[in-house]
Amino acid sequence: MAGGPAAGGGASSSTFAGIRHWLLLPSWLVIGFFLLLPVLLMLVYSFLTKDFRGGVIWEFSLAAYDQFIFDRGLFGDEPPTIEWIYIQIFWRSIWQALLATILCLVIGFPTAYFIATRPQNTRMLWLFLITVPYWVNLLIRTVSMKFLIRDNGPLNEWFLAAGLLDSPIRMINTDFAVQLGLFYSYLPFMVLPIYASVERYNFALSEAAADLYADRWTALRLVVIPAVSPGIIAGCILVFVPSLGAFLAPDLLGGAKNFMIGSLIEEQFKGNAGNWPFGAAASMILLTMVLIVLMIYARQQARGEREGR
Amino acid sequence: MAAKAHDIRRYPAFLWITLLCLFVLYGPLIIVMIYSFNDSVSITRWGGFSLRWYEDVFFGPEAAKFKAAAWNSLSIAVMAATSATMIATCAAIAMIRGGSFRGKSMTFALISLPLMVPEIVTAVATLIFFSAISFTRGYFSIVMAHIVFCIPFAYLPISARLQGIEATYEQAAQDLYASRSQAFWQVLMPLMMPGIISGFLLAFIISLDDFIITNFVKGAGIETLPTAIFGSVKQGIKPNIMALSTLMLMVSIFFVTVSYFAGKSGAKTER
Repeated sequence: MAGGPAAGGGASSSTFAGIRHWLLLPSWLVIGFFLLLPVLLMLVYSFLTKDFRGGVIWEFSLAAYDQFIFDRGLFGDEPPTIEWIYIQIFWRSIWQALLATILCLVIGFPTAYFIATRPQNTRMLWLFLITVPYWVNLLIRTVSMKFLIRDNGPLNEWFLAAGLLDSPIRMINTDFAVQLGLFYSYLPFMVLPIYASVERYNFALSEAAADLYADRWTALRLVVIPAVSPGIIAGCILVFVPSLGAFLAPDLLGGAKNFMIGSLIEEQFKGNAGNWPFGAAASMILLTMVLIVLMIYARQQARGEREGR
Repeated sequence: MAAKAHDIRRYPAFLWITLLCLFVLYGPLIIVMIYSFNDSVSITRWGGFSLRWYEDVFFGPEAAKFKAAAWNSLSIAVMAATSATMIATCAAIAMIRGGSFRGKSMTFALISLPLMVPEIVTAVATLIFFSAISFTRGYFSIVMAHIVFCIPFAYLPISARLQGIEATYEQAAQDLYASRSQAFWQVLMPLMMPGIISGFLLAFIISLDDFIITNFVKGAGIETLPTAIFGSVKQGIKPNIMALSTLMLMVSIFFVTVSYFAGKSGAKTER
């Protein structure tokens, strides 16, 4: 820890060491009390019995987790059979999030590369253009996309008017719409870290590759991409993690057939019909998956740093 | 055929992909903007230019609902962003000027926790928490939830700015017999200001933007703009919603542009 983030601070950047605990107290209290404690409470709730009017009965039960895997009939007394619905929803969420990540990477990498190789003065402007939509309300962006690709939306109307289509193509409520929505939501998360990596990349390496008779694409594949891979990995994680738990894009663009984890969780808390322990358990599983991804990433980062020295 | 040495870094196709990227990002927004000026009840057929849907937003049958929602959104965002910025400023000073101490990396993990936990999980956990302590959900529960997830967004630009300010400034002030609090208020604080402003703006926009967490913790009878729009869109996209969206879009773009140029001039004064 010694000599860690004291960059530029000189010998002692600890002017406020004496009162640091007082300064940190508000963050500890607020995040500890209103986030950490609630997450722990959620873990407890996932092991309780559901109350039929919403909420819980304080009785220990594994029913919420059991329900994910087994179907025991309406009254819970039939021999258990494997319940595929929830496994399918989780599997579909992982798959959708992966596809969205790949889509973001395929479009985001060339974009980030292009921006990073602009002259210094226009670089910031390009980056600004890419990030502005991110600051527009996510709900509004998703609704705009829904408006555009509806069955009788402008896109279909134009294609019909131009004679490219005979009848409207169905885009809304498909996997494609969800992909598009996730791509649209999280693209800047892919572009920014890759941009940061490419900007630090030493282009003399590409020139060396060219001197050794590599063509552009070989140089890109064998030299540039390995060198900027930390940015690529960071970008993939930043897109994958929020896509996995996304709610708006699957809910508004995907419809009922393209249910993802987010909608499954939301349904358990809506009105009085839901099942709180089941919703809490689904949230715990989602959180566990995300934390595993983040932990693998952190470990790899640490290893990379050790090897870098 | 041999490419010139400096050509190796250029991939002409990448320009087109970047333009495609911008097209996809901006296309839907621009379309909605255009159609919000459509003088037609059918939302897709173009019926000429008109401001009738803007009039509808401000004076139509749903005007009272939108006004209340806008007021809630703005007041919640101001309160949440102000609190989060103060908390984050204190934390940044302790983390960057507080020397090294036990639990520093744990503290950093705690501050970034709202970024790591998926939004829907935060929403569920907060709902369960307020329900378990039998707290009536409403305005206050929204503000508390927003403060929590705004903290890391305020923290990042503030700590980045503070890291770029050398400790010699406040040390020089203290050598000249300024007390620690004078050194803070008169030297460090003005230097940190660009970071604090962009931290505040970031937190403000993030708070305005939030739908999922607000939807879970809001309780009955209170709406913010996103929850009101979501409720309305569930019954189909109406033209007045497009007008309202266009207005909100403009506000976001205005704030981002201001914070971009504030950041730019801040970076200049640093030199």
